[in-house]
Amino acid sequence: MRYAMAIDTKKCVGCSDCVVACQTENDVPIGYCRDWIVEVTDGTYPQLETEIRSERCNQCDNSPCVRCCPTGASHYSEGGIVLVTPEKCIGCAACIQSCPYDARYTHPKGYVDKCTFCIHRVKKGMEPSCVAVCPTKCMYFGDLDDPNSAVSKVLKTRKYKVLAPEAGTKPNVYYLI
Amino acid sequence: MKTSRRDFIRISALGLGALSIGGSSIKAAGKTLFSKDQLNKLMMKRTSTYCEVCFWKCAGWVYSDNDGNIKKVIGHPDDPHCNGRLCPRGTGGVGMYNDEDRLKTPLIRVTGEDGKQTFREASWDEALSFIAEKMKKIAAEHGPECVALFTHGSGGKFWGHLLKAYGSNNISAPSYAQCRGPREVAWIGTFGEELGSPEPTDIRDTQCLVLIGSHIGENMHNGQIQEMSDAIDKKATIITVDPRFSTAASHSKYWLPIKPATDIALLLSWMHVLINEGWYDKDYVAKYTYGFDQLKEHVKDFTPEWAYGITTIQPDVIRKTAREMFNAAPSVIVHPGRHVTWYGDDTQRLRCVAILNALLGSWGRRGGFYLGIETTIPGFPHPEYPKPKKTWRDAFPGQFVLADLALANGICDATIPAASRDCSFKGWIVNGTNLIFTLPDIRNTKKAIENLELLVVIDTMPMEITGYADVVLPECTYLERYDEIRTSKHRIPTIALREPAADPKWDSKPGWWMAKELGHKLGLDEYFKYKDIEEVLEWQLNKVGSSLDEMKRLGVKKMKPEDGQLLYFEPGADIEFSTASGKIELYATSFSDEGFDPLPKYTPHPEPPQGFYRLNYGRAPMHTFSRTANNPNLTDLMDENTVWVNPKVAKVWGLSNEQYVWLENQDGIVSSFPIKVRITERIRWDSVYMVHGFGHKNEKLTRAHGRGASDSELITTVMVDPIMGGTGMRGNFVTFHTEKPAKGGLL
Ligand code: SF4
Ligand code: SF4
Ligand code: SF4
Repeated sequence: MRYAMAIDTKKCVGCSDCVVACQTENDVPIGYCRDWIVEVTDGTYPQLETEIRSERCNQCDNSPCVRCCPTGASHYSEGGIVLVTPEKCIGCAACIQSCPYDARYTHPKGYVDKCTFCIHRVKKGMEPSCVAVCPTKCMYFGDLDDPNSAVSKVLKTRKYKVLAPEAGTKPNVYYLI
Repeated sequence: MKTSRRDFIRISALGLGALSIGGSSIKAAGKTLFSKDQLNKLMMKRTSTYCEVCFWKCAGWVYSDNDGNIKKVIGHPDDPHCNGRLCPRGTGGVGMYNDEDRLKTPLIRVTGEDGKQTFREASWDEALSFIAEKMKKIAAEHGPECVALFTHGSGGKFWGHLLKAYGSNNISAPSYAQCRGPREVAWIGTFGEELGSPEPTDIRDTQCLVLIGSHIGENMHNGQIQEMSDAIDKKATIITVDPRFSTAASHSKYWLPIKPATDIALLLSWMHVLINEGWYDKDYVAKYTYGFDQLKEHVKDFTPEWAYGITTIQPDVIRKTAREMFNAAPSVIVHPGRHVTWYGDDTQRLRCVAILNALLGSWGRRGGFYLGIETTIPGFPHPEYPKPKKTWRDAFPGQFVLADLALANGICDATIPAASRDCSFKGWIVNGTNLIFTLPDIRNTKKAIENLELLVVIDTMPMEITGYADVVLPECTYLERYDEIRTSKHRIPTIALREPAADPKWDSKPGWWMAKELGHKLGLDEYFKYKDIEEVLEWQLNKVGSSLDEMKRLGVKKMKPEDGQLLYFEPGADIEFSTASGKIELYATSFSDEGFDPLPKYTPHPEPPQGFYRLNYGRAPMHTFSRTANNPNLTDLMDENTVWVNPKVAKVWGLSNEQYVWLENQDGIVSSFPIKVRITERIRWDSVYMVHGFGHKNEKLTRAHGRGASDSELITTVMVDPIMGGTGMRGNFVTFHTEKPAKGGLL
């Protein structure tokens, strides 16, 4: 099982619903977030292109954060999801430094927090909160080993990219372009 | 009360009882520190609601933990407004409930011995008695018609009922003449009916969507944004006309970066191309429309080359996009937009939009506009309302005759005494709308307020308008109250229930309760013959074969359409439209009857003076006007607006990104607060852009105060639509100041 997400940049409007839905679902304190929006504009008026995308932890196969964690708090869980065990986390923030995507933050309670792919929901057969709420339905989630999962299907038919491939992290979040 | 001077009062010394209620989220976070599964188990309670963060009214479920803390709001899967997905504002709606800056208790304006005006906390009984006395006095001295209601949102129903029982039908919503009014009048003039809300645009099945200044995706009209996404999936052609490279423009096949204020020229030229090339639905036009020959004659000179000189849109692009529309017809939508009060000829611009849809045969067709189906819920019985002796219209003899609803700006104007009219308003009840920001020309609004004998403000938050009130009534949020059953006109008719998910915080109360209690004090008990709203809802629901219990279980109920109600016209069916000719009027006889152009014309609008830029404003997806500007969850996403400036303009002025500037408009009005510069290619060099609803002056809005600038403050030139009284607000121009100018703002 390999959990992955695909996000369609042709549909995302940058509304941030995924951000606020993650906050209310996962009790992320106000002022912090596990996902965020990036807008990139190229060209000069009126020859323009704007890409808008929702970013989060890429749940990388080759995660620098897991490698550098001194306590084993950062670890791979089922389906390749990278998780942090708060009880084991000493808040040293080595992982925050190592992440090329700036996907982690220190929770006011002292441990490092990040996107969990909403594993607590996924286990119950639900979609991650951000995927379920997105008004443009631009996010696809599922198991890459299952050819019928929403994410496998959409990656078969669409062009895609990953972020910072040069970092060699092997991300599991794909952007449809 | 004599108010020669009505000082703005900052609401202070509130929230004494707040401590017992605040801090719930911290408690919950502590509990769920390490186990998300545990968190989900804690969420035991689910109550039905429909969202009140904007007017789309999406139905949803509110989840609360065992301690009664509201945790999240999730869209109702059966609701056609949201299909299980709320927008960011709805998802963050819980912030409205948690906001510790909320109005907490009734307040009455008092003047101290030193002449200083302040609010003092009052009991409900005292506050409502005070209002009742004033209203009785106004009724006795001037007639009840001299009290008007301004309203936005669900509670308005109850206040409207109260006002009509009292003897006034001056009930206005700024969402009409400051927003969507012109398109409703244009639609009535063309198709014989209004569009309403949600608009029956069949975006889901369209093959071509044309947006003219409508920034779907930045405005989060939930169902529409969802369907636009469906349309993108189905490879529909999107054509966006906007001087700004909006989010929608970035998702479009064609972006037409039009010169601001020239839209009518483009629209006329599209008509010219469609007719000249024969790219229109000939059967539909022949069978259903009136005035084609006059239209053809009217647009014969409006060639794309003519329009190019005005709009800067290349002739071949005009032809190509017209062809795209025809290729898709009748599955094409030339979208009417929503906030359309721009230049004072807005009804005519929207007439152009209506005519284009008629030529393409999209009205009443799949992928164009469906025919919305609605369930009606009978009103709770009450005696007939007294017949008012006069209305706001008497203040404007012979003017704005085609307005089908009351004009908020008209009532405001008619509050300022003038020799030309005998009717001036003495009392305002303002429910859920921050009139200082919603009506253009703040100077005018303040002048009107000076002349009032009574100003009552009902809101959940201290806004700018609350500072001018004689009495402030704290309403509880939608998460803490019942409201009327939501019915909606949609593909399938539904009803939805809003029930309280929590008790009202502090001493706030629901609108239905306030109206009923005030009715009692006004001696109008016969209009409120029920114990509470649950009794009313039960009665109404029984009439349509449901019950409160059932609705608490279902949240949303799909109703059966009445026999014969169809979503689209049947091919070849004979249809009688509700216009004078019984046809879709390309040539609007109702307009010519009143002396207005029956066919739309292009007229040039003023251009920015040297060194000034046209002020365009719009929406951000995470905010609804100023209503959400202090919401803790939503300010976390966006806590100030920026002014978008083209890099060329920035260079001329030496501006850098993120620098704060003050804006000054053509009338020498300076923004009260500075605004951050956003240098971006996404805006034309002749205009700037900012999101509406920021730049609050009320210090009690701790997150919103002084954050960003208010576009409303800079809108002092108003171009009034002679047809229906809409207030065109896009004829204002601004320049930059990098140092705080001596001159102040209007707030
Ligand atoms: S909710 Fe969807 S559309 Fe909105 S920003 Fe997130 S991914 Fe984009
Ligand atoms: S998958 Fe869950 S935790 Fe990750 S960003 Fe989405 S909502 Fe947040
Ligand atoms: S569109 Fe958003 S704010 Fe408006 S009613 Fe729906 S969820 Fe609420």
